[in-house]
Amino acid sequence: MSKIEVCGLNVYYEKGTVHALKEVNLEIETNKITALIGPSGCGKTTFIRALNRMNEVNDVMTKGKVFIDGVEIYNRGVDVINLRKKVGMVFQQPNPFPMSIYDNVAYGPRIHGTRNKKLDTIVEESLKKAALWDEVHDRLEKNALKFSGGQQQRLCIARALAVNPEIILFDEPCSALDPISTARVEDLLRALKKDYTIVIVTHNMQQAARVSDFTAFFLLGEMIEYGKTTQIFEKPRDKRTEDYVTGRFG
Amino acid sequence: MKVKEELVKGGLCVAALLSVAVLLIVVGYVFVNGIGVISLNFLLESPYRFEYGGIFPQIIGSICLVAICLLFAVPMGVASAIYLAEYASDNVITRTARFFVECLAGIPSIVIGLFGLVFLVYYLDLGICLLSGGLALGFMILPWTVRASEEAIKTVPHTYREASLALGVSKWRTIRSVVLKSAYPGIITGILLGMGKAIGETAVVLLTAGSGLESFLPKSIFDPVASLPVYIYMMATQGHTSAAYSRTFAASLVLIMMFLVISVFALLLRNRYIRHMGRR
Repeated sequence: MSKIEVCGLNVYYEKGTVHALKEVNLEIETNKITALIGPSGCGKTTFIRALNRMNEVNDVMTKGKVFIDGVEIYNRGVDVINLRKKVGMVFQQPNPFPMSIYDNVAYGPRIHGTRNKKLDTIVEESLKKAALWDEVHDRLEKNALKFSGGQQQRLCIARALAVNPEIILFDEPCSALDPISTARVEDLLRALKKDYTIVIVTHNMQQAARVSDFTAFFLLGEMIEYGKTTQIFEKPRDKRTEDYVTGRFG
Repeated sequence: MKVKEELVKGGLCVAALLSVAVLLIVVGYVFVNGIGVISLNFLLESPYRFEYGGIFPQIIGSICLVAICLLFAVPMGVASAIYLAEYASDNVITRTARFFVECLAGIPSIVIGLFGLVFLVYYLDLGICLLSGGLALGFMILPWTVRASEEAIKTVPHTYREASLALGVSKWRTIRSVVLKSAYPGIITGILLGMGKAIGETAVVLLTAGSGLESFLPKSIFDPVASLPVYIYMMATQGHTSAAYSRTFAASLVLIMMFLVISVFALLLRNRYIRHMGRR
């Protein structure tokens, strides 16, 4: 079953002069990992930022429809706060707040009204799900910025999990990490997909091949090809996809 | 080549020493001439017959004036800064607003005092009082609080805002919970600079707050209020006895000490906060 359905999505920057995404149609499956690959500037980050309306933070014009669980998220009646609670996001650079580990994870639920004991439980569970609890459980009061990049990124994942999303968007989550931290985040992604629908942007094709169930290839703002990851990497239908996944350009 | 290097270094060193010396001479001169008068009685009594008694109402008056000034300038300044930094799009109107804020910072304090006198004291009919003086001081330091707060808010990394928004937190809540928290040390520094300007300001309070020699404490914000800078001005220009002379310096010394206490306190607060945020 598809969790997200994108129909004729167009995104424009710079007051409509830059056409960043062109007529993208895509269905994203529930409890699967969907990878978006393509060279820099192909629109893949713009695409996932359209799924939680984060493009609106910048001056961007969006046309087309995005359905999540059948609800069109660009409809007037849709509350962007609830949308973003449901669709979490992890960014390229680990961006923990300059607060303690505890406060980072508790940040979202606290603002959404959770208190006391319940908060402790959420923090612990989120950190466990993000495979960080064992490393930090005795240092929850320590400032998040004192931890390594890989730990910070898993903290950001825990922070996203704490508001109880159904979908998590990862925007090149490993591009700032070393290989060992990258492997840990990839293990984590595989573990998370049983509870969450995951969309990950990556320009690392091996990573897409390793972790994802489905892959979409983007080029110059268009979605060229979409299918099972094995099919995209082994039997691409489009010549451009083939050229890209075999490393002829990138 | 080496000689030239040494000469430059020596010259710069002399300049640095001279700068420190000027400061030491000023403070030292004030100290030597004023310390003799300072006693508990001087600090806790009211002045009488012009140059006799103490400066208790002046000390309290200065504190009250700065408090009113901050009550006005800090919320206004921080709110304006939040608007300019977070909400206003970069267009002609905001650029003009920012330009006026910069200009306001350059207006001589006597002109602010004159405006306070005409607008607050006469037109709004507040009279010469604590409220007029505090508000006029607030007008004076407002541009500094706006500027310092805006700079502080702008240095907060954009990634913090995105992280918060992506968790389903509203923009205003994001500003309150993440942006202002991170910008706090910079904002404190701006407020500190403003306080320093306000507590030593003479022209503005001379025209709006009181004669400086009041021997009573204000009972409400509509009472005239004494202040240290105006007291010093009065003693220096109208006192002709050695008692007035030494009181000029004693009051100056108290003013300097008050400024130092504020500065040290604010710096400690700021450093503690920065350590707490883990940015060291």
